[in-house]
Amino acid sequence: MAQQTIRLEIVTPEKYVVKQDVKIVMAPGTEGEFGILPNHTPFLSSLETGTVHFRDLQDKEHFVFISGGFSEALPDRVTILAETAEIREKIDVDRARAAYERAQKRLSSSEEGVDKDRARRAMDRAMARIKLFGIKE
Amino acid sequence: MASLKEIKSKISGVKKTKQITRAMNMVAASKLRGAQQAMDGFRPYAEKFSEVLGNIADKAADVTSPLLIPKVETKNVHVIMLTSDRGLCGGFNTNIMEKAEEFIENLQSREITVSLTNFGKKGRNWARKEKLTIDGEYLDVVGGKFAFNIASSVGQKLIEGFLFGDYDEVHIVYPEFRSMANQIPVIKQLLPIVSIEKPEESETEAAESRYMPEHICEPSADALLNIMLPKSIYIQIYHALLETSTSEHAARMRAMDNATKACDDMIESLTLTFNKARQQTITMELMDIVGGAEALRG
Repeated sequence: MAQQTIRLEIVTPEKYVVKQDVKIVMAPGTEGEFGILPNHTPFLSSLETGTVHFRDLQDKEHFVFISGGFSEALPDRVTILAETAEIREKIDVDRARAAYERAQKRLSSSEEGVDKDRARRAMDRAMARIKLFGIKE
Repeated sequence: MASLKEIKSKISGVKKTKQITRAMNMVAASKLRGAQQAMDGFRPYAEKFSEVLGNIADKAADVTSPLLIPKVETKNVHVIMLTSDRGLCGGFNTNIMEKAEEFIENLQSREITVSLTNFGKKGRNWARKEKLTIDGEYLDVVGGKFAFNIASSVGQKLIEGFLFGDYDEVHIVYPEFRSMANQIPVIKQLLPIVSIEKPEESETEAAESRYMPEHICEPSADALLNIMLPKSIYIQIYHALLETSTSEHAARMRAMDNATKACDDMIESLTLTFNKARQQTITMELMDIVGGAEALRG
């Protein structure tokens, strides 16, 4: 019998952020967002900073912020390796807003020695967090 | 022989020291637990990562990442050295320094310029004393709580240094946590990447993965590999940081345990001396009284 659920594991260097059976996973791939259903063919992709969302067995939607990484999909499981990952409920939106402003200041300053690339990445992360926080369930 | 009062104050001094060493032992034990938890938490990530990396490395036909290519000539070597910030942990830091010294002297004898990145105050102070070039220092990281981003920002700097030709090789020195009583300093080469370590697969897993069809890769396997290789460096640095923290606490726990035992021994022998001295005083006083009585009677 074909499997109806797929095991999702979101792992960071610190801990498992998510480890449960789900029905579908959507992730922000480098070449576009993709969805993974059970019995997916083996698939490897790098991920952008953004939101992973998945539907659990009770059809409830969950959102997880990730700061880029990799995902490996196998027929029965999906593993997402991210440097940081936070489920929606745990996002510190004030901190993200502060980080956003900081990054913006750095980007608009004309001083020498400002790492614009880094500021832009920080801004991306902050923006993704803020956006995710605003999603209505 | 020291006076009764002197011995008494010495005993109370040793007792107080014992209280401190015992407290430090307990603090180290609880921190060790935290460090071990961090290590356990990291394992799934590291294992999965090396599994995927090994998978891709097989597929990427001709790997052209500059991180894999050794330099023609090795003139500048960079060493990352991990020690603790604080002392009172036995020979922990000394062992690392000896290992590093041996390694660096060997390089210098071949007229290679050595620069360092130091984690931990002890190693930094040592490097200063030895008049070595310190390119970066990170204090209050080892032994405390740290996140992955510290490893990735250090790793990024090193990779840039390697690509721009500032460093021809990058090595890392850290104590490997073997067991509670055994932490051995090891040296590993980070850059250029020597070989892509494959995870040790058990029999069943190996059979399973052979059965697995080819992965679809997005973007191409080569491109993925190029993104993953720098990450594997960060992972190694993070791993080394975790090992160092765990080892530090284990070493301190052991050192403090020994110190507490030494305090016990000392208290015992001092108490013995104290009792002897007291007995002697009593005997002398008795002799005095008896002598006095004799003299009166006579």
